[in-house]
Amino acid sequence: MRHLLSIEDLERADIERILTRASSFSEIGRRDIKKVPTLRGRTIVSLFYEASTRTSSSFELAAKRLSADVVSVKASGSSVEKGESLRDTIATLSAYAPEVIIIRSPYAGAANLVTNWTEASVVNAGDGKHEHPSQALLDAYTLIDRLGSLDGKRIWIVGDVLHSRVARSCARCFIALGAEVTVCGPPTLIPRGIEEALGVRVAHTLDDMGEADVVYALRMQRERMKESFVPSIREYAERYQIDSRRLGSRQLLMHPGPVNRGVELAPDVIDGPASLIVAQVESGLLVRMAILYELLAGREPRGTGSRAREAELAEATPIGEPA
Amino acid sequence: MADLRPISSLDWRGSEAEPEQDLLLRGARVLDPRTGIDEVRDVVVRGGEIAELAEPGAGEIGEGETIDAEGLSAFPAFFDPHVHLRTPGREDEEDLETGTRAAAAGGFCGILAMANTEPPVDTAGAVAALREEARERAAVPVGFFGCVTRKMQGEELVEMADLADAGAVGFSDDGLPIADARVMRRALQYQHLVGLPIALHEEDPRLSAGGSIHEGVVSAALGIAGIPSVSESTMIARDAQLAGYEGSHIHVQHLSAAESVAAVEAARAAGVAISCEATPHHLTLTDEALRPLDANFKMNPPLRAEADRQALIEGLRAGTIDCIATDHAPHSPDEKEVPIEEAAFGVIGLETAFSVIYTDLVLPGVLDLGLVVERLSGGAEPLGFAPPRIEPGAEANLVLIDTEAEWDAGAEGWESRSSNSCFAGRRLRGRVLMTVAAGRVAYRQRSFALGVAQ
Repeated sequence: MRHLLSIEDLERADIERILTRASSFSEIGRRDIKKVPTLRGRTIVSLFYEASTRTSSSFELAAKRLSADVVSVKASGSSVEKGESLRDTIATLSAYAPEVIIIRSPYAGAANLVTNWTEASVVNAGDGKHEHPSQALLDAYTLIDRLGSLDGKRIWIVGDVLHSRVARSCARCFIALGAEVTVCGPPTLIPRGIEEALGVRVAHTLDDMGEADVVYALRMQRERMKESFVPSIREYAERYQIDSRRLGSRQLLMHPGPVNRGVELAPDVIDGPASLIVAQVESGLLVRMAILYELLAGREPRGTGSRAREAELAEATPIGEPA
Repeated sequence: MADLRPISSLDWRGSEAEPEQDLLLRGARVLDPRTGIDEVRDVVVRGGEIAELAEPGAGEIGEGETIDAEGLSAFPAFFDPHVHLRTPGREDEEDLETGTRAAAAGGFCGILAMANTEPPVDTAGAVAALREEARERAAVPVGFFGCVTRKMQGEELVEMADLADAGAVGFSDDGLPIADARVMRRALQYQHLVGLPIALHEEDPRLSAGGSIHEGVVSAALGIAGIPSVSESTMIARDAQLAGYEGSHIHVQHLSAAESVAAVEAARAAGVAISCEATPHHLTLTDEALRPLDANFKMNPPLRAEADRQALIEGLRAGTIDCIATDHAPHSPDEKEVPIEEAAFGVIGLETAFSVIYTDLVLPGVLDLGLVVERLSGGAEPLGFAPPRIEPGAEANLVLIDTEAEWDAGAEGWESRSSNSCFAGRRLRGRVLMTVAAGRVAYRQRSFALGVAQ
């Protein structure tokens, strides 16, 4: 795999290979020294144009556990704020000859564009409302860890589907792994054409949610009421909040975080026995290690300087010595 | 509306670039749906007029140039009522010379430029300055629209009568809709004084706000905010009713949606004086082209669904849609090598218009060649100009095309200063070899020119 840009690009076998790899990394986290030398000497740049706590820290820690060198560039305080174009920023960062660039952008397709401008492998850590593939993979990992398989499972994704890259990536990923997906939310927050676009069913009420094996709640931003997507957060919570009354005893609950307590989820279910929210974060680390491994293992490290310098160094190596 | 004006009444450098000389196109297939001819003829151009359509081998000129046109086609040259020349203000993207050269290379004998420049063309002085510059630099006759509203802000009318006196060809706030129905109504009333067309970019800005691509399956898949079809069709319906009420004429620009075609049909049936256009890209592409997330497929109105494309084709065939217009919209790489949501709207289109339609719609048998040729200059009449005709006595406006030639769009670069084409890299059939505009040779394709010289 050269890049990880979207779940749409992946076959079921690709997804399963990454999840199997993630599973093999779970042992490292139980060691005293939680680190392996697999990616020693590799450079990974993480470029975040949007605020993020868990995704950026999770990728950073994943890289460190594999012994890679990580440079994290946040939009605030960098040249990004001075109006530098994405292309110029990538050109600048490429001077460090990174093997991987992890990018989060508020715009769909940003990661795809970056592949045109760098030799590094590109990981999409969220592009606008388009995709967030590593989130979907960690969610799939979490579920398979609990359920064994997603084949034939019914998964309901509830909330603001319109503005959610998580919903798009998760629906694609769960369907690729054999699940049936229903998206549920107020009609204003379900995009037109989503059934055909993703192969999902659409529901506007929670009335039939009892059929679900898994309920995946999305973050509901409070600003949505200003644009009349919902009349009020109170009415939204009344109709769509997942609470212990609505969540059945055999149903699992997920959320990509951060949770708006009392909006999309009632406090009693967040910490309840059905909740996989903490497990999702744990899986995130393993799955992101697996993603970096998938992109880098088996590929030669790149030099830290220019290609000319690499050639120079190669020439300087005495004949007969391994270069 | 006033009487139709000849294309030669538009401004261009004409005689300075290439002296008027007599021409003989020997043995060309002459196809002009307006006059009904579709025969092999010797076309004789004398003194800037079509002098004779002689039997093959019978045409004669004294001094002048004879061109072996056997196997080639001569059509009335095309007329584009909708281009952006980016002058003044964004000459880094296009100027009068490069934009009109692109037009000539596409087989156009006349084009009309939109007024959404920086600053917008909203004074008589601005119109006069552009006309003067065109007389020095334009490779084909070009006319200039003025804005409908000052600074294109949709609030106060420009001095329409003054702009008309200065030679504006019509009024348009293209690029932006006129959201305020009262302002729209005043402009339509005032049209009775100035007698010039009003061309409308129809879009309800509240319905389309924040959108980048067509609202449908593809926008749902990509998570990109959509521009719904009804943002266009509801405004067409509004303005058609206003035009009907005021007895005015409106020209609707770049139809994109099936609902819009229906709105124009309904207005026509109700007796409203309404004309409209569709672009080559809306006729040949759909929003499926956006899936690779390439900003060179982002334009406004957006590429829509297959059903919309079919409705446009049917509208063109039925005559609901009067003409094909390119909405040639040059943009710099800075505005296009960015994520779609950040990118500017618009694509260039003059140099590929005929070839794209010919390749994708005529060759597969979807549209008749004669109909396409007629619609490619169909924008002249609704906007006040006499459409080109190939018949004795007519001003010579014709294009010579090799319908067998294949070429790769953009492979040899573009005449336009910009390269934001949604057809770049496409192998196309049908190549413009020579364009005659207002009686003079405006363009020769390079390899063809070399061939002539030998």
